[in-house]
Amino acid sequence: MASTAAAISEEGTRPGQHTWLHALVRWFFITVSLTFLAAVLLAPLATVFIMALSRGIDAYLHSFSDPDTLAAIRLTLVTAAVVVPVNTVFGLAAAWAIAKFEFRGKSILITLIDLPLAISPVISGMIFVLLFGLHGWFGAWLQAHNISIIFALPGIMLATMFVTFPYVARELIPLMQQLGNDEEEAAITLGAGGWMTFFRVTLPKVRWGLVYGMVLCNARAMGEFGAVSVVSGHIRGLTNTMPLHIEILYNEYNFVGAFAVASLLTLLAALTLVVKTLVERTGYRRR
Amino acid sequence: MSFRQPSILPGFGLTFGFTTVFLSTIVLLPLAALVLAAGSMHWSDFVHTVLSPRALGSYRLSFGASLLAACINLVFGFIIAWTLVRYEFPGRNLIDALIDMPFALPTAVSGIALTTVFAQNGWIGRYLEPLGIKVAYTWIGVTLALTLISMPFAVRAVQPALLEVQRELEEAAETLGAGRLYVFRRIILPTVLPALLTGFTLAFARAVGEYGSVIFISGNLPMKTEITPLLIVIHLEQFDYQGAAALGLVMLVISFVMLLAINLLQAWGRRRHVRAAS
Repeated sequence: MASTAAAISEEGTRPGQHTWLHALVRWFFITVSLTFLAAVLLAPLATVFIMALSRGIDAYLHSFSDPDTLAAIRLTLVTAAVVVPVNTVFGLAAAWAIAKFEFRGKSILITLIDLPLAISPVISGMIFVLLFGLHGWFGAWLQAHNISIIFALPGIMLATMFVTFPYVARELIPLMQQLGNDEEEAAITLGAGGWMTFFRVTLPKVRWGLVYGMVLCNARAMGEFGAVSVVSGHIRGLTNTMPLHIEILYNEYNFVGAFAVASLLTLLAALTLVVKTLVERTGYRRR
Repeated sequence: MSFRQPSILPGFGLTFGFTTVFLSTIVLLPLAALVLAAGSMHWSDFVHTVLSPRALGSYRLSFGASLLAACINLVFGFIIAWTLVRYEFPGRNLIDALIDMPFALPTAVSGIALTTVFAQNGWIGRYLEPLGIKVAYTWIGVTLALTLISMPFAVRAVQPALLEVQRELEEAAETLGAGRLYVFRRIILPTVLPALLTGFTLAFARAVGEYGSVIFISGNLPMKTEITPLLIVIHLEQFDYQGAAALGLVMLVISFVMLLAINLLQAWGRRRHVRAAS
């Protein structure tokens, strides 16, 4: 039997297979794909590490002892530590309201949640300057009360929150809609409270979607450049996040320093992709 | 019809209330500020700002380069998606995961890395220089950066559609004597066309607003290599909030039109899909 099958496939009964044309097309497609990706993706990625290590490992490590660099790393971590949990809570609440209930205007609500994804990062930052900047709506009032939002930490957090706003929600909404309400309804009918149902029934069901959304949210929060650049004021050691610090070091021709910070963010991106791939391996839907 | 249908599940008030309040504070109120700031301008000032030669030059670059990048991604996105879906080769899973790298990689990192690779003395730039092709600090560099950051949108839109192409149909066509090109034109292309267009629009929409990766490679010369988002930042730095808001509004309106187009395309794709299935 096996030899018959082999003989058949060698003769090429499956049309379009094992012909020289097929092999040529295959070779062409793979070559073009790999060349394209090597030029625009792999070469830049490799450059980051080669430039970071161009003066040796000591210079690389030394660039992290710069207090401004450390402050930038700290600021990025603090921002993400606030923004990701807040957007996670929002994502869970939005997904519960949208997936568990039928109400009017639901599709409008979903569209509005996705809105920040369609907006240029620069505009995302600018809208907060228009609100809280010196000449903005609340600018005079804020100055009178000695509160600074723009060119300070709250502005950076607000802008980051805006750009990462949809990430958790848009992952959870379709997932919870797809999984349905049966188990939650059973739990409630059996006398469980709302919070208990949420923590014991819903949360375990959607955990991979939640991880997925949080990881993407975190990557964007730590890497956001445009929106944060507009609101930060670029004050070294104070309002400079890692991506902004890269710009400053790069423009000062401190390439080792710039690419050293960039290498950390590249590792973060790689880690994000690893977690994302692992979550997809669990059978969670592919995107 | 009441506002919502009854359900035994609790928590609607809490979650719906929190969602709408948070959405309004973080997203809707700030966006309203933009519309009002631009709206409070005198009409002639608005027109003067958004139609100034420098603004027109920036639109030409932003939209032209984004369109070109989306076209490049239409071709290469399809080729990459086809390669990943149809062929087995060593490292395929790694490449598949790497496609999402531009999503995860901060734009500032893509910006400085691309500039270094394509600068006159860079790995690839030094081979293009003798050919008379300058990439860094020209519109070509802008297009390249936009191509990189919008590439995943094109690939990821086409990949699932290609998986759905029925191989049996292709094989049947070939046994009936159809050539590969004919099969591609009559079977594969119609199935993936909505996905291709969606990917194209998503890539274009993302590229138009991009800032971080472009400003490093573009050189930022007014009228030549200055993108619209950068012009907005320049207005803001001069405390010309209204001018910035006017340009922002123009970009926002275009983004909404794009979003509408994407939704219509996806609805069209679903209708085609349903029709094909029934």
